Amino acid sequence: MNATARRRALDLLFQLLAMLILCLALGSLAALVATVWSDGADRLSWDFLTGFPSRRAEDAGIWHALAGSMFVILTTGGLAVPIGVASAIYLEEYGTRSLSARIIEFNITNLAAVPSIIYGLLGLWLFVRVMAMGRSVLAGASTLALLVLPVVILSTREALRAVPSSIRESSYALGATKWQTVWHQVLPVALPGILTGVILALSRAIGETAPLISIGALTFVAFAPDSLWSPFTVLPIQIFNWVSRPQLAFQANAAAAILVLLALLLTMNAAAIWLRDRYQKKLV
Amino acid sequence: MSRDATATRPPSLAAIAARGGPPPAIDRPVKIQAEGLNFYYGGTRALEDISIRIHSNVVTAFIGPSGCGKSTFLRTLNRMNDIIPGTCAEGKVLVDGVDIYKPGVDVVELRRRVGMVFQKSNPFPKSVFDNVAYGLRINGMAGSHSELAARVEESLRQAALWDEVKDRLHDSALAMSGGQQQRLCIARALAVRPDILLMDEPASALDPIATQRIEELVYDLKTTYTILIVTHNMQQAARVSDYTAFFWLGRLIEYDRTEKMFTAPAETLTEDYVTGRFG
Ligand SMILES: Nc1ncnc2c1ncn2[C@@H]1O[C@H](COP(=O)(O)OP(=O)(O)OP(=O)(O)O)[C@@H](O)[C@H]1O
Ligand SMILES: [Mg+2]
Repeated sequence: MNATARRRALDLLFQLLAMLILCLALGSLAALVATVWSDGADRLSWDFLTGFPSRRAEDAGIWHALAGSMFVILTTGGLAVPIGVASAIYLEEYGTRSLSARIIEFNITNLAAVPSIIYGLLGLWLFVRVMAMGRSVLAGASTLALLVLPVVILSTREALRAVPSSIRESSYALGATKWQTVWHQVLPVALPGILTGVILALSRAIGETAPLISIGALTFVAFAPDSLWSPFTVLPIQIFNWVSRPQLAFQANAAAAILVLLALLLTMNAAAIWLRDRYQKKLV
Repeated sequence: MSRDATATRPPSLAAIAARGGPPPAIDRPVKIQAEGLNFYYGGTRALEDISIRIHSNVVTAFIGPSGCGKSTFLRTLNRMNDIIPGTCAEGKVLVDGVDIYKPGVDVVELRRRVGMVFQKSNPFPKSVFDNVAYGLRINGMAGSHSELAARVEESLRQAALWDEVKDRLHDSALAMSGGQQQRLCIARALAVRPDILLMDEPASALDPIATQRIEELVYDLKTTYTILIVTHNMQQAARVSDYTAFFWLGRLIEYDRTEKMFTAPAETLTEDYVTGRFG
């Protein structure tokens, strides 16, 4: 076999291997979704979405957990996005050259890899106890905000870094201050990237269970939260709760709740893509 | 024709220093003056002991082979090099008699007064209108919307672009042709009414017609502005400028009236360059 033929064969082999791995990954995911669907699809109904917990599985709904998840995530975003974006702007546009900024950046990268349960323990101590927020939406959202903050900062930094320096230069050359340059020129260009990062970070937060359990959100809550100070539960915890019951009917409820959570995640990711495309179109 | 290798050796530093002193005879006041200006990118020196006096309301052309420091010199005049980390300027640059590297100088105001058109055209990813209006807005130079619109129109007319874009002011600037984008960048720079305009090869990417437009524009603008223009095109330098400065390896080799530079330069190096023997 000559060299060219061997190269072609290797190329083909690699392609096949890559396809196989992709099929394996997608296949197991599909199998998972299919099982969940066959277990839980029958339970999906308007009553299920808007109902409250009940001792009888067939009467139980998830409105309290769905509303809890959405409320907690919105609050998490409200806390993490301004702080994270502002930190990234500081690090990227103002403090890049200083040693302290470099040390901070190194630590943020490490923080992004810390297991979420550690954030839960920190939240339990800091928010629930020291700051006396109790087991409220605010405490849960603050904990999750800490958890996603490194991801928001890092993805915002990436987005800012991708803005061509010629844009900054031409703004400065017209007599713009640093802040005017960042606000009017850099941020609008970086926005799609920032939004994508934020939504991906929030999709991670919406599936988190461990940190919320460690701040004590596993207690029985039978109503939707109506203020930042209300106790709450979220979908993953409700799922965890139902899965741990022996009755088959509750397993079906859990499967249905998983489908709802998946739908929520897909919606958020779709929103990320839609927002990104919309802003990119506006720019070009 | 073979030339002796020594012909391209630079003149002695003493000769250069002597020439940097007295400016060519002229009746216009000095607008920009550099004295012993050195500029460093990290450890490498890109400008070496530049001394020059540039007169108000004339066009001064900067010529020289690629990499000789023309852009770097222009960018020291509005302190655009400050943005590049690890750079450092030594010596003095006086604009209207004030040393712009002195501590306490308002760099933001300096950059408004010393406008710049970059080597690569770089419109903002916004509409044509917003590109020109941006400088006016951030400098608080237009009170009402009608005033803003009037000044945007005026600047676009000055840059000979108005007729081409008046019906598409709200289209993206990136959808315009390269030459239109370059004129948009000129309009954007003119809008904030600088008194000095630095133009770094404003016509390098343009066709002959667009180039001619820009040259006419430069000619018209010199009544109100002091213009410094970098060009690789000798004919263009000869056509548009009153004075010409020749840079070579970070040094100012010769600076004189344009006619003299192109007909009877004092240095062989200049002669070799303007006649196209190297560079
Ligand atoms: N940002 C930078 N960092 C480091 N060195 C630089 C930088 N910009 C320019 N230089 C160096 O400084 C020297 C002068 O560059 P400059 O851009 O001023 O040349 P120029 O005369 O404008 O050339 P051209 O005609 O190709 O535009 C070159 O040797 C270049 O490599
Ligand atoms: Mg250049």
